[in-house]
Amino acid sequence: MMNSIEQMIAGFEEQSKYPAKAVAKVMKETGKKAVGCFPYYTPEEIVYAAGMLPIGLWGGQTEIKAADKYLQSFCCSIMRANVEMGMKGTYDSLSAVIIPTYCDTLKCICENWKTAVPNNYLIPMVYPQNIRIEAGVTYMMAEFKRVQAELEKVSGRAITEKDLLDSIEVYESYRKTMQEFVKIVNQYPNTLNARTRHFIIKAAYFSDKKSYTAKVAELIAELKKLPEEKFDGLKVVITGILAEPDALLDSFVENNIAFAADDLAQESRQFRTCIGAGKTAIEMLARRMSEQSCSLLYDDKKTRGQLLINLVKENTADGVVVSMMKFCDPEEFDYPIFKKELEAAKIPMLYLEIEQQMDAAEQIRTRIQSFAEMMAKH
Amino acid sequence: MDQKVSSKDLLGQMLAKHYDDAIEAKKAGELVAWSTSIAPQELLETMGIKVVYPENHAAAIGARKCAQEFIDYSESGGYSTDLCSYARVNLGYMNIQESTAGNIPLPDFIFCCNNICNTVIKWYENIAKELNIPMILFDMPFNHTYEVPDHSVKYIRGQFDHAIVQLEEISGRKFDHDKFKEVMKISSETAKWWKKATALAAAKPSPLNGFDLFNYMAAIVCMRGKQEGLDIFKLWAEELQGKIDRGEGPWKDTEEQYRVMWDGIACWPYLADTYKVLKKNGINMVTSTYPDSWTIVYDSDDLDGMARAYSSNYVNRNLEYGADNIVQIVKDFSLDGVVFHSNRSCKLMDFRTFEVQRKVHARTGVPSVIFDGDQTDPRAFSLAQYETRIQALKEMMEENKREEMMEENKKERIDG
Repeated sequence: MMNSIEQMIAGFEEQSKYPAKAVAKVMKETGKKAVGCFPYYTPEEIVYAAGMLPIGLWGGQTEIKAADKYLQSFCCSIMRANVEMGMKGTYDSLSAVIIPTYCDTLKCICENWKTAVPNNYLIPMVYPQNIRIEAGVTYMMAEFKRVQAELEKVSGRAITEKDLLDSIEVYESYRKTMQEFVKIVNQYPNTLNARTRHFIIKAAYFSDKKSYTAKVAELIAELKKLPEEKFDGLKVVITGILAEPDALLDSFVENNIAFAADDLAQESRQFRTCIGAGKTAIEMLARRMSEQSCSLLYDDKKTRGQLLINLVKENTADGVVVSMMKFCDPEEFDYPIFKKELEAAKIPMLYLEIEQQMDAAEQIRTRIQSFAEMMAKH
Repeated sequence: MDQKVSSKDLLGQMLAKHYDDAIEAKKAGELVAWSTSIAPQELLETMGIKVVYPENHAAAIGARKCAQEFIDYSESGGYSTDLCSYARVNLGYMNIQESTAGNIPLPDFIFCCNNICNTVIKWYENIAKELNIPMILFDMPFNHTYEVPDHSVKYIRGQFDHAIVQLEEISGRKFDHDKFKEVMKISSETAKWWKKATALAAAKPSPLNGFDLFNYMAAIVCMRGKQEGLDIFKLWAEELQGKIDRGEGPWKDTEEQYRVMWDGIACWPYLADTYKVLKKNGINMVTSTYPDSWTIVYDSDDLDGMARAYSSNYVNRNLEYGADNIVQIVKDFSLDGVVFHSNRSCKLMDFRTFEVQRKVHARTGVPSVIFDGDQTDPRAFSLAQYETRIQALKEMMEENKREEMMEENKKERIDG
């Protein structure tokens, strides 16, 4: 039986808005254990190869109380939310949690987690920054193997090379499908507005990747049967860690602004880089990381500005929206550099400072509205 | 009696020469590098390349109360107020290039080691991009385990090899491995004497007031690989030993009543204020986590040891080590309290402070306070809050001493 497009989208939205329920459901359906994966990149392929479900832990809107015992108020809101929920027991159904140490804050979160959430099986891991040199690739492979051994302990079974290659195939299919999905948004910007686009992409974190990919592929196929949608609003490229809370997305929809493309850590940065070449599955995973671009990874050429300019051109977007996660050092350091490059390229830009537990949504709404009005005049 | 130059005078002369030499080298067309404060300078020293340290320079600008101008410049260019103020000062300086606190030449390449934080990667990336110069990065994986794992050591070794190739390309000269061994030996020796001198503060009363430690730190950052650096720390140790032998404390006019350590970087714009409040209360800041930060000790020619030593900086190690380290300092220096600086610039230290404080208190019973401040941004510090916190610490330390005395009296009565 074919689902209607509306029903499919509603399904994704349901999963994204109620992660705990979604995770419980997928665990029950698949009979698999689940492993929490902190931002920004973790070896999900290895978790999946172990017959477990990688679950994305990207914070959420929650009142911060318990986490104040560990973190000052000037800590990134995603991390405060994760510690809060960890301490409250929200993640108790997870068999383990992987915390990578990409930034100074994550290093501290990893260390505090040991005391704050003592019953949670913690797998800390380090991604190398010098990953474009061979010593970095070798180190990355050693880390992947160490984490593989940890995951084998958690799942209670050995992970074979075939398991890994099969998992890579699932993930490669997921990535290709999502690459197609973010492109097709441009043809259906009314159906796939800022809000629905986000929910569809985010649902991946609380699903079994294989069935999720099939669902997105089905949605794409159904959309393609329809004529392209007319759109008279603005098209922007959005960049940052993530575009939340929901009120932020609602403001874009209200002002008829669509996301023509994104450079968000929670969205396209997850799937825009394909698998690398290598003799073993682990090497393929490591080589993929050495191609990955993100504010959290070393880039002395600072390619982000050009990447944004290219995204604007390729998608004939009207401008760039910077969704700045407050207190995120890596993102805040990138900004002055790409700001200059966007200005030189005469690309209009809207800078929004966001926090997940944001009360000042009204102020953001006004700024988005003014941006839309200013752009309409030009 | 011959007038021997004091280590303090020597320090001033050497630092002035350090900056002058760099400026002269730049004028003469020689290469100049900008480096993070605990980077493998051995490689640069071996190549004879002049180095300046933006952290040192930013601290000096902060201490001379000149930071705001540079901070404003950076912020007007889009740098967030929440970013490290050393970075904001330095990135501002990179454009303004003039400060009454002293000048440094612009770099031809940069040399970055993230054993102090990942923030320096982003900061230095921006310098490399803005000035269009090469960047050499030493990535020291964060040690969530207590010790440095072997695969990290191997990775760091691989980066040393890669950096040597980069340096040869940048300079057009061959790397001299024999000289490298010599530099390794001197660097390790200087680090040992730095540790030795600062460890003398364990004497009661302490011959050292810890704010001097902040001054000498400038030398351990920029002179570790040089004979002059070694000489200055030997001389300083000799002077401190002399004070111990004569029974002299940190001050001529005040007795040392309480001994504390300072966790975190100094508040450079308020150096005198933070010092005076402590002194007024008879509190001597005997030591900090700094002495160990530059105790980079390894055997000459042992590259694995060198890799391990650089990766072992306490901020690059896990929280358990961080707590053990302070507990050990409390014991070694017979401390009565700990002052934690919640430094808005340094998230890597801040977000572990609360838990470290609890662990240290549970294991030593020594009281502590946390105050809000910043290493160079003058806007993030309140003298009133600082005074109140120090006052509270003094009261807790007083109470502890009273209890200790009562315990002793009781014991004497029972024994007697």
